Amino acid sequence: MTDAPKRTPLYDLHVELGGKMVDFAGWEMPVQYPMGIMGEHKQCREKAGLFDVSHMGQVILKGADVAAQLEKIAPSAFTTLKEGKARYTFFTNDNGGIMDDLIVSNAGDHFFVVVNASMRHQDIPHMAKHLDGVEVTEIFDRALVAVQGPTAENVVGDLCPAARDMKFMETLVAEIEGVECRISRLGYTGEDGYEISIPEDKSVEITRAFLAHPDCEPAGLGARDSLRLEAGLCLYGNDIDNDTSPVEASLTWAMQKRRREEGGFPGAARIQKELTEGAGRKLVGIKPLGRAPARQGVEVHCAEGIPIGSITSGGFGPTVGGPVAMGYVAAGHGTPGEQVNLIIRGKAQPAEIVALPFVTQNYKR
Amino acid sequence: MTTYYSEEHEWITVAGDVAMLGITQHAADQLGEIVFCEQKEAGDTFEKGDEIGVIESVKAASEIYAPLDGEVIAANETLADTPGALNENPEGEAWIYKIKLADVAQLDELMDLDGYKALIG
Repeated sequence: MTDAPKRTPLYDLHVELGGKMVDFAGWEMPVQYPMGIMGEHKQCREKAGLFDVSHMGQVILKGADVAAQLEKIAPSAFTTLKEGKARYTFFTNDNGGIMDDLIVSNAGDHFFVVVNASMRHQDIPHMAKHLDGVEVTEIFDRALVAVQGPTAENVVGDLCPAARDMKFMETLVAEIEGVECRISRLGYTGEDGYEISIPEDKSVEITRAFLAHPDCEPAGLGARDSLRLEAGLCLYGNDIDNDTSPVEASLTWAMQKRRREEGGFPGAARIQKELTEGAGRKLVGIKPLGRAPARQGVEVHCAEGIPIGSITSGGFGPTVGGPVAMGYVAAGHGTPGEQVNLIIRGKAQPAEIVALPFVTQNYKR
Repeated sequence: MTTYYSEEHEWITVAGDVAMLGITQHAADQLGEIVFCEQKEAGDTFEKGDEIGVIESVKAASEIYAPLDGEVIAANETLADTPGALNENPEGEAWIYKIKLADVAQLDELMDLDGYKALIG
């Protein structure tokens, strides 16, 4: 039995804007608008795109000891995360795999967490179970909107001057149109931008105000996927999952030095071993040299014709102007420049291992 | 020349036992922005229902199925460099194959324009 797909507070606005609605992780979301995925993608790289990400789980963690408690289930440093700062992290399981990736912000009197839509049902009970003395509250009455792109600062800054002075991975509460919103300078497109948590009853009004800016156009899940892929960012369920470790996924940058050395998180035995000895496989960028996109599941063969891995995310990169992909290859392979073959519909298609990202990340440091 | 349509959203314009084959504008619109088209080569034969090519859009890959038995006389090679033409003019310059029909009687199983319009509503 499946429940009817849920709708975000912006559903009617998506329909009004011509959004093509699809079921995504149990939510009715726009995959694209009349501009099309290609146009929305380029809009976001050149000016600004607005995404409804209200389907993601917004959670408030309150308690005396939230930072230390979070370190029990995620391998990043939170006790040193300053107020007003956000950090990318992930929950690990006892085998050192990744249960979900998420953003944790120190909001002063509480921590603010955003988890993937598809993993809300897992993450909320997981936190409630393991964070001793922490009150875990899922927020249901706020929309979450991402404004992403090189001119996002003008789109958001025109309505909220305080946003202009923020740096990448900073978060604050400020008024937009007279309403208190949480504004975080981050995103998942590889571009500068913001995610804004807005009280539900004002979310349509404020979203319309962003869209009224000449640089800002709505963008859907299709563009969101091609943008994050070009930016070399992992999608949970594709590139990372319960079996892949942070070392395999090249996410050790999200594990600060103290945590790597001290351990004390689920799966530390495997992860610390891989940090020292290397992992058996590695997530790499793969550039098909022809025009055929390589989708998830396509086998990767080395030049000698032996299977060495498979594609986990792949498609057409509008900014690159051709197919782009990411996938795992066995240890000993995966050096940028290595020539490989992708088995697409039974035929070997030439490809090259490349350094990620495909498109330079454009964050406001 | 007569044009027929398949339930797989292909058009086929026939003169004698030779035909041009492509996808309909409706199919192209549903697929979204097309970025790649994989085709068979001249001389390849196929039977009704066989996969005779793949069209990839920014969203996903979709197979092209043969609406009847035949042989490829020519594939439209311009689609390799300009797959986007399949969005702009799929029932004209962006034809996919010129084919020779193995059995013209199979055309009776296809739809005319009115039938196809009824199918896509």
